[in-house]
Amino acid sequence: MSENAKSMSIIVTKGTLDWAYPPFILATTGASMGLNVTLFFTFYGLALCKKKLDLKVTTLGNAAMEMPIMGMHLAMPNMVGMLPGIDGFATAMMKDLIKKKGVASIEELRELAKEAEVRMIACQMTMDLFEYKQADMMDGIEYAGAATYIETATKCDINLFI
Amino acid sequence: MSTTTLLDVKGLGCPLPILKAKKAIKDIAINDILEVHATDPGSVKDFEAFCRQTGHELVQSIEEGGVYKYHIKRTS
Repeated sequence: MSENAKSMSIIVTKGTLDWAYPPFILATTGASMGLNVTLFFTFYGLALCKKKLDLKVTTLGNAAMEMPIMGMHLAMPNMVGMLPGIDGFATAMMKDLIKKKGVASIEELRELAKEAEVRMIACQMTMDLFEYKQADMMDGIEYAGAATYIETATKCDINLFI
Repeated sequence: MSTTTLLDVKGLGCPLPILKAKKAIKDIAINDILEVHATDPGSVKDFEAFCRQTGHELVQSIEEGGVYKYHIKRTS
């Protein structure tokens, strides 16, 4: 990592399949373009640090969600979200689309991020709050808090909250 | 005489064409050319930005029959 390189930090607060994409896409692309990248995982974002990822999407509260089906778009009204198994259905559909359209899986992007030496910090407070164990998290993660993030962010050219 | 190495990323979506190109550039010699074939229409602007940011030279960017072809010269 170069001392004079541009840099970017992202606070990652969400851990669903759809919300996992922006931070990992930006982190890997930023690293590819020579930036030093730091991801700070907090609250539900910590789910993205688990060794074994099991990410899902939910239709609830997602009025803009439209799944393409046979040339049309299927909206997911909130009522639908109450049906048992609907999130499993939506998740399976999303994963199928991801595969079909040549979009990388989160597992793949996360591996590429690690390879590109993206710095990953897990929020220790949230680890304790949700009773997560370091043994369940992937290797190469740092455990720290807000002060570590702030110190990093003051030196970054781009700071994002997702 | 510079050599040209082909990278086929047809069918792949953002950001994979860029990520794979970045890796492939590391494996070619300085002044050699990486030729990338992609089908992602968003990659046109993205390869321009990638080259501006990294300093590699985008020697050529053309579209032929739905395939976007980029010639990127490794500069450093």
